[in-house]
Amino acid sequence: MRLAFIEELVALATVNERIALMVGDLGFSVIEPFADRFPDRFFNAGVAEQNMMGMAAGMASEGYHVFVYSIANFPTFRCAEQIRNDVAYHRLPVTIVAVGAGLAYGNLGYSHHAVQDYGLLRLLPNLLLAAPGDPLEVRACMRHLVQQPQPSYLRIGKVGEPTLHTAVPELAPGRWLPVVRRGGKRALLTTGATLALAGQWLALPAYADYDLYTLPLWGMAHKEGQAEQLACFEQVITVEDHLHDGGFASWLREALAEQQPELLLRLQARALHSRVCGAVGSQQTLNEYGGLHCDGRPASDADSQAGRREG
Amino acid sequence: MNSRLLANTMRGLALQMVARARASHIGSALSITDMVAVLYADILQVDPGNPQWTERDRFILSKGHAGVALYAALAAQGFFPLPELRFYGQDFSDLMNHISHKVHGVEFSTGSLGHGLPFAVGKALAAKKQNKRWRVVVLLSDGEMDEGSNWEALLFAAHHRLDNLLILIDYNKLQSLTTVAATLALEPLADKLRAFGAAVEEVDGHDHALLRARCKALPWQDGKPSLSKAHTIKGKGVSFMENQVVWHYRSPNPEQLSQALAELAAERAVWGG
Repeated sequence: MRLAFIEELVALATVNERIALMVGDLGFSVIEPFADRFPDRFFNAGVAEQNMMGMAAGMASEGYHVFVYSIANFPTFRCAEQIRNDVAYHRLPVTIVAVGAGLAYGNLGYSHHAVQDYGLLRLLPNLLLAAPGDPLEVRACMRHLVQQPQPSYLRIGKVGEPTLHTAVPELAPGRWLPVVRRGGKRALLTTGATLALAGQWLALPAYADYDLYTLPLWGMAHKEGQAEQLACFEQVITVEDHLHDGGFASWLREALAEQQPELLLRLQARALHSRVCGAVGSQQTLNEYGGLHCDGRPASDADSQAGRREG
Repeated sequence: MNSRLLANTMRGLALQMVARARASHIGSALSITDMVAVLYADILQVDPGNPQWTERDRFILSKGHAGVALYAALAAQGFFPLPELRFYGQDFSDLMNHISHKVHGVEFSTGSLGHGLPFAVGKALAAKKQNKRWRVVVLLSDGEMDEGSNWEALLFAAHHRLDNLLILIDYNKLQSLTTVAATLALEPLADKLRAFGAAVEEVDGHDHALLRARCKALPWQDGKPSLSKAHTIKGKGVSFMENQVVWHYRSPNPEQLSQALAELAAERAVWGG
């Protein structure tokens, strides 16, 4: 996803001279194509995220669309108040780009785990969340954000995510996008890089009649229509690499509770158990430990042993 | 309106606003009034009839709690009608107690300290990249220099040679609970700021002629942000408020307001204004 991001950013910046990229001294072997081609629109803020986000807001107030790129929690939690006060409250076109969504940097430790970011950023009324599921959704999200500049959060994985779409899809905030349609009454609904995991589940007998949908663009302002879309199914299972609390399923439940609370029973959530906070391991190990299983089984009490070395 | 008359007018308006709204921070507003008056009377290239004029100078009030000083200046200069000041601090008013960008002429809302300088640096960087001639002026409090984000921003501004940026530090030496010196020692502040790459001058923040002269001599050094460590008096202009930390919080009662306004009237009478 990182490469799709930078390729698309270069393409967009070629025709839009107000697109700028600011990094927090990260992005080695990723950001060079932009930095080399647009040196006047590339800025390394150094290891100083508060100033980075405040400056991005200042530049955005002068007509730039600033993409602020860093890892996991650094461009979000580290400068949360700058995002809230300077970017979102002023409705400025800053796109916060966090690479390493979920537990992509699992072995690097808790500092690099982004499993609470939806919870933080979906509390901002003017901020659009963009959590693409594959490299083509990365491009689709970026095209949407550039066409409609606004405070936004682009949460991308790392490298090697499979491409599930066949073309860059058309996206609209809050609208579920079909990836696999089988015409059944049950569906998996993902946001972010767990699209690949959910795609694997479709091959399993337990999910043989499930459709697969993705919802890359969402946020507080885009709850409308969720009940209407969910009502098309007898069961929907959400999949996300974020803690249960404050995440995507929580957002959907809040929408349903407001719109058609009786639909809540049709919704199941597959998200991460809080036991992953502080745990260290590969992305797959930690996902299993948190209850996101490759074989699609629901979380259980036995998950706390997942991935641990046997004594 | 010359800067001294503007400052006197601003003080009167600010006092009436906080008294009516029973709001805090009048001491902080009186502290910066002379600097803001000089800026709006003589320095900033702005158009009250067109607050979004693209070539305007940008002024950021980072110590947003002193917002009544800026609201008063903007109203007195015609950015919006003076009677609108009576809505200050009222329910659903755009004139919130901390400075609000929803008011004509205000560039940026602040209230949480340490946000104004990074935002101003972003604007100054944008101006440089677009070869714009307008300047960015940002006003911080002294206690605000406790915030690490300001030092991050100074590093960046110096590294990128943003000499289109003027930073004013309102050095009244009092912060929320007690003196700056007793809270977190900032001294030797000027040396620290020079070490961070700014062109630093110490000025009397109430000396209009000096402020005017120095603001017209920008940049003080090519390739460096200009930074004025402006020595001021919290509560300046109202005898019983000067250098009293309690006026960071207290709102004047009717008798105190009358006395304060009488002092301002007496000051005007001295110069026949």
